Amino acid sequence: MSAVSDNEVKGLIDEIKDNQEELKQVVREPLVDNNPITLQVLGICSALAVTSQLTTTLTMCIALTSVTAFSSASISLIRNHIPSSIRIIVQMTIIASLVIVVDQILKAFAYEIAKSLSVFVGLIITNCIVMGRAEAYAMKNPPIMSFFDGLGNGLGYSLILIIVAVIRELLGSGSLLGYTILPTVQNGGWYVPNGLLLLPPSAFFIIGLLIWCFRTWKPEQVEQPDFKIMPAHSAEGGH
Amino acid sequence: MSKNDSPMNSKNNTVSGLKQKLDQLLGKIRALGNDSLEKTIAVAVGVSLFCAVFVSLSAVALRPLQVSNKKLDIDKNIVTVAGLISEAEASDGDKVRAALQSIETRLIDLDSGEYTDVVDVETFNARKAAGDPELGLIIPRKDDIAHIKRRSKLSKVYLVKQNGQLDALILPVNGYGLWSTMYGFLALEADGETVRGINFYDQAETPGLGGEVVNPRWRGLWKGKKVFGSDGEPALRLVKGNVDPSKAGSEYQVDGLAGATLTSTGVSNLIKYWMGQNGFGPFLGKFKAKTLEGAA
Repeated sequence: MSAVSDNEVKGLIDEIKDNQEELKQVVREPLVDNNPITLQVLGICSALAVTSQLTTTLTMCIALTSVTAFSSASISLIRNHIPSSIRIIVQMTIIASLVIVVDQILKAFAYEIAKSLSVFVGLIITNCIVMGRAEAYAMKNPPIMSFFDGLGNGLGYSLILIIVAVIRELLGSGSLLGYTILPTVQNGGWYVPNGLLLLPPSAFFIIGLLIWCFRTWKPEQVEQPDFKIMPAHSAEGGH
Repeated sequence: MSKNDSPMNSKNNTVSGLKQKLDQLLGKIRALGNDSLEKTIAVAVGVSLFCAVFVSLSAVALRPLQVSNKKLDIDKNIVTVAGLISEAEASDGDKVRAALQSIETRLIDLDSGEYTDVVDVETFNARKAAGDPELGLIIPRKDDIAHIKRRSKLSKVYLVKQNGQLDALILPVNGYGLWSTMYGFLALEADGETVRGINFYDQAETPGLGGEVVNPRWRGLWKGKKVFGSDGEPALRLVKGNVDPSKAGSEYQVDGLAGATLTSTGVSNLIKYWMGQNGFGPFLGKFKAKTLEGAA
């Protein structure tokens, strides 16, 4: 369908050559400095839901990263032809199609994991990170850059999810990727697992603590307060 | 693309002519202002068409793999619910198929409780049969405690044999939870009333709450429970909180799912329905009395 001519391919290659520094930048920046979860606080829903086991988390990360990267690239390809009145719907159509295809691939090649991810793969469609990158970056930038921007943001999301999942699975079930690390009491070991970490709210606490760590490490991420509390009337002065 | 039956050279002409026209059309569309009505419609149609083809192609191409995955998953549930192999071993497809060798699948008529051969057991699909005017029936509202509206008149049962002796009985069950009809299997010991295991292979309850019906630890609580009370009616049900094993009647009770009252009720109801006279009741009665023809 897409009529990509030699010229356009050459243009894409030049785009990579000319912008190597910027490319590195768009991939690196969302990892820590502009992380979609800890700084923009997007995509929290799936971060809570799929992080009780590392295996499902990794699958979700791969799914989301590829959807973000490819949807940004395809939206960027046709960005100059998208009428602004229907741009959100066009973006959604492209994102939804990619998500359905990813879901189909998972069901064909990783049925067990697809079952445990259940609705969450489908919910990538409404993940704010994917939409956010399409609207904020891909609509204004060329395809290769958009692809790497999507990749970088997907990796930033993955980084946080993996940290959360490692903590939750290790302390909640005493295992990592299903392999026992801390033998639990139920299986005749010594470790008493923390049941709270298997429940979704625990991810809230962990993400909150991570945001705290990130902002202590990089104080420039701390948001300015919207307003300052005025000091109350002091005792001195009087009427 | 359009197919043309005309001779070779004219066909080439039409193709190149078509290509030209297409190029012209695309050029026209490109030249339109982005916010003109024509362009908006053209982009909407183009994007939808392209995405539709993309999605359909991938769905059609991956379908065979998905179907075989689904079948293997059901087989896996059958052999693990009866405890023939552990859940960990079940990830190996060959072990599942080997364990399946000791299971005999029979078809029964639910009303009479007798074995039947009216349709081929291999191709029988209970979900399709439920909607079939011949094989299915509408459950009267007052009887429909599992909220499934229709069921098949026939059902598969799986007989587990060990060394020629009947070892366990696996019955397919289904019922409505909170969001979805839950499909699963209930495995009974050879006495026809002690539970060996339960599982659900298809459900869409809330993950983490009702979705815990698939949790192995919770399903483990079912082993050894009794289905029928002293009056012969199904008594097994889920109760709120934890079951105290020292109390009388605890053999008919399983812990309810925390935070999932409606799913728990759904599970209780499906047990009550399928173990009752409208479900497997007649079959289990004859099974226990060993009056079934051709039974092991």
